Amino acid sequence: MTGHHEVTREPFEMVRKKKINLKESFFLSLIRMLGSAGAIILFIILSFVLYNGVHILSWDFISKPPIEAMTKGGIFPVIVGTVLLTFICMIVVIPIGVTTAIFLSEYSKPGLLLKTVMMSMYTLAGVPSVVFGLFGLAVFVVAFNFGMSLFAGSLTLAIMVLPYIISTSEEALKAVPYSFKEASLACGATKWQTIRKVILPTAMPGILTGAILGTAKVSGETAPIMFTAAAFFTPGVPKSLFEPIMALPYHIYVLATAGTHIEETRPVQYGTALTLIVLVLGMNLLGIILRSRQRKKRAW
Amino acid sequence: MVEKTPVFAIQDFSIYYGDFMAVKTVNLNIESNKITAIIGPSGCGKSTLLRSLNRMNDLILSSRVEGQVLFRGVDIYQKDTDVIELRKRVGMVFQKPNPFPSSVYENVSYGPKIRGIKKKTQLDEIIEHALTRADLWKEVKDKLHESGMSLSGGQMQRLCIARSLAQEPEVLLFDEPTSALDPISTANIEHLLQELQKTVTIIIVTHNMQQAARISAYTAFMYLGELIEFGDTNTIFVNPYNKLTEEYITGRFG
Repeated sequence: MTGHHEVTREPFEMVRKKKINLKESFFLSLIRMLGSAGAIILFIILSFVLYNGVHILSWDFISKPPIEAMTKGGIFPVIVGTVLLTFICMIVVIPIGVTTAIFLSEYSKPGLLLKTVMMSMYTLAGVPSVVFGLFGLAVFVVAFNFGMSLFAGSLTLAIMVLPYIISTSEEALKAVPYSFKEASLACGATKWQTIRKVILPTAMPGILTGAILGTAKVSGETAPIMFTAAAFFTPGVPKSLFEPIMALPYHIYVLATAGTHIEETRPVQYGTALTLIVLVLGMNLLGIILRSRQRKKRAW
Repeated sequence: MVEKTPVFAIQDFSIYYGDFMAVKTVNLNIESNKITAIIGPSGCGKSTLLRSLNRMNDLILSSRVEGQVLFRGVDIYQKDTDVIELRKRVGMVFQKPNPFPSSVYENVSYGPKIRGIKKKTQLDEIIEHALTRADLWKEVKDKLHESGMSLSGGQMQRLCIARSLAQEPEVLLFDEPTSALDPISTANIEHLLQELQKTVTIIIVTHNMQQAARISAYTAFMYLGELIEFGDTNTIFVNPYNKLTEEYITGRFG
C-alpha cells in the first residue's frame, strides 16, 4: 500500500509569533543604537566645539599673533608651530618608516631579526605618549642638547608615529600583487630595481595615505611635545629649528589649565580646538578620499 | 648529419621544495627554434621545471636543485651564474596576463630602460619592433600612452609577450599562457607563437592537450615529477610508447 501513505504536516504559520518579533526588534534596535554611538559622540563633540568656538573664528584669528596675555588676537604662530612640527616629523619619519617596511616585506626572512623588529614595533605602538615625551626630553632635549625646540619635538613625534608609518607602509607594499614582482624579475630586473620601479610606485598611494593619517595623529598630540618643544608663548613664528614653538594641542592645554586668565581665554580655547579639529578632520578626509580613489583605480 | 647543440640540456635534474621532490631526475634536451610543449596533470611538476629554466624558482625560499641545466652549454646553477643576464636571454610569460599598472609604452620599455637605454628614438624603435612582433602594434599604436590594463585579456597577454620580446630573448618560456583567455584570443596567441618560433625558441607548459598537439614540434609528458615520455609531438599523440602517456592523452585521467 505504498503511495497512499500521507504525511501529516504542521500547518505553516505565515505570521510570526509576536514574542519572537518583539525580541528581534529589541536586539536590532540595541545594535543600531550602539553601532551609531560612535557617530553620535563625534556629532556631539563637533557641535559642542563648533557652538563655543565658531563665533571667534575670523581671518584675524588665524592670521594674527595673540595679544594682551592671549585673551585677544589670533593664533597664527600656534598654527604655524603645529604645521612645522608635523611637517618636520614626517620628513624624518617617512624615509625611516618606508625603509623599514621595505626591509620587512621584501628582504627579511623568518627568523630572530624579523621577530625582534616586529615585537619592538608592536611594543612601541603600545607605549603611552607621555613616555615618548619623557624620552624626548632625556635624549633630544638634554643629551643631544637640542633644547626645548621644534626639532626635538618633531623627532619625539617621529619616534611615536614610526610604528604606525611602518605598518601602513608594509601593508601597502604587501598589497602589490606578486605577479608584478614576477614580471619585473622575469624581465631581468634586479631585486632593487623591482622594488624601486614597480613595487614602490604601485604602493605609493597607500604609503601616502598612511602618512597623511599619521600626520593627523601627530598634529593632535600634546604629551610628546609638552617637555620637548612647546612653549607657553613665543613672540612670533620660529626662526630656526632650535627654537621652542607654540602648538595647537598644547595651546589649548595651557590656556585651559595654566594661564592667568583662564576664563577670559575661553573663546580662544574653543577657537583653537575648533581649528585643530578642522585640521585633523580635513587630513583624515583627504586620507579617506585618497584611499577610496586608489581602491577604485586598482584593477588587479 | 651534424647533431645540433640543444638550447637547453637538462641533465639528471631534480627540484625540491623542502623535503618534497617536485621534479625527479629529469633528462631533456630543448631544440632551438622549435616549440616544445610540456604537458601533464596538475601538480606534475611541469611549471616547476619550466620556472627552473630562468631560475624563477629562486624566489621560493625552500627550493633547491640537484643535477644540471645547461643553457647553450653552460650550467645555469653555478654559484656565480648571472641570473639577471639569464633572465634577459630567457624570458617568461605567465598564466595570468600581468602588465604593470602603467602605460603600454612603459610596459614594453621596462626591460630596455632598466638596462640603461635612455634615448627616446631608440626606445621608440624597440617598442614598435617588439609590439609588431607580438602582433599588437596595429591595435595599440594610437594608445601607447594609455594604461596597459585597459586592454582586453588577449591584448594584455600579447603586451606581456611584447614586454619580453623587447629584451630580444633567445628563449621564451610560457606558463599556460592561454588558460585565462577566450578561444579567439587563444587562437591568436597560438598563431603568434608559431610565427615567433622562427626567431625564438619556445617552451610552453599547457593544460590543453589539443594546444600542444596543434602548435608544438616536441612534447614532454610529465607525471608525479617524472618525465614519462618525450618525443616529437606526432609520435606522442598518435603512437605513444608509454602506457601512462596513452592514458593521459586519451583522457582516461588528468
